[in-house]
Amino acid sequence: MNQSDYEYLRKLLKDHSGLDLSVDKQYLIESRLLPLARKAGLADIGELVQKLKGGSSAVVAQVVEAMTTNETFFFRDKVPFDHFRDSILPEIIKARANRKSIRIWCAAGSTGQEPYSLAMCVKEMSAALSGWRVEIIATDISQEVLEKSKAGIYSQFEVQRGLPIQMLVKYFKQIGELWQLNPDIRAMVQHRQLNLLHDFAQLGAFDIIFCRNVLIYFDQETKINIFGRLARVMEPDGFLVLGAAETVVGLTDVFKPFPERRGLYRPSGTAGAAGRTGTTWPKASAAARL
Amino acid sequence: MRTCLVVDDSSVVRKIARRILEGLDFQIVEAEDGEKALEICKRGLPDAVLLDWNMPVMDGYEFLGNLRRLPGGHEPKVVFCTTENDIAHISRALHAGANEYIMKPFDKEIVAAKFQEVGLIDQTHPTST
Repeated sequence: MNQSDYEYLRKLLKDHSGLDLSVDKQYLIESRLLPLARKAGLADIGELVQKLKGGSSAVVAQVVEAMTTNETFFFRDKVPFDHFRDSILPEIIKARANRKSIRIWCAAGSTGQEPYSLAMCVKEMSAALSGWRVEIIATDISQEVLEKSKAGIYSQFEVQRGLPIQMLVKYFKQIGELWQLNPDIRAMVQHRQLNLLHDFAQLGAFDIIFCRNVLIYFDQETKINIFGRLARVMEPDGFLVLGAAETVVGLTDVFKPFPERRGLYRPSGTAGAAGRTGTTWPKASAAARL
Repeated sequence: MRTCLVVDDSSVVRKIARRILEGLDFQIVEAEDGEKALEICKRGLPDAVLLDWNMPVMDGYEFLGNLRRLPGGHEPKVVFCTTENDIAHISRALHAGANEYIMKPFDKEIVAAKFQEVGLIDQTHPTST
């Protein structure tokens, strides 16, 4: 791949997805885009770039999807889900005792492992949540991964990374070599296609936002912008969960770290958080009533 | 250093498992069937057992029952590692006291994830990337 093709792809990805590739990520482009080029009957990345320059928006979408799809697994890193179960949910349950509703957003839902991990956590706590409305909204830039997420079908390898065996037995059905999440767990998660660079205020206000391992691909300015907009769709007493390698520190003061809970943040009240007291949001049909 | 007893009638599988588990800081003892594994456990209990199901002489399921009846035999964490990958087998194993279950084929990430799940590896131990 020549330098001008690389620069062209870098700019295209930056403009369409916010993905900020450093100058030395040629290998990443090659490994992700060469299979895509071949599938389209093109010889190499150079021909793919020619096709992109020809203005094919379908190809642009495919390129963005291929470059932004990232590996994920159930209960990834474990600790954030311990926090969710032991710290976040108990506190939100206490704070929402009157309203009896919780809204959770997985901002990079990918193929579903994270939103469904949260759904299983919620299900395990159904005694404490009896009569509550718990909405889990999974968004991703890629329609392809959202379709996989909706299906809730995983390979034997995928269900063995991070998923306790008891949960596999309890919440999955075996289909040949594959495993599908039971309909009640799938029904707890709503899916929407969303580019984090675009406005997401229409999603409404959230009590809990998981935004893990996606901001690392954005440049500093974009990160700050997204943090600002996340703060505006978050309840003043809500929780933000970031990936292990991510932080708000040094970037923005709209969120502050939650003491002694790595990766956990709360709004600092400086961004004029949404606050929906007295506001009613449209009832989504897929919301689970426990 | 924690000890893990690897029980499998395939020397190839034992070798692969040994390499993975040594990489996770376990000291390895090997056995080629359930009976030999039980003899080892009677002399001293390991912290973990990676256990095949189908083996000659004594299979993994029978071994597990015998292990759990030994004094202190409920202590070792038992992780099945088998080609028996249907819900019926998994449920039977859990009912008999298995702590986790790996469906073959397996790799380092799966073993690390499962051993982390049963608390044999620190949570901060990297399981991926």
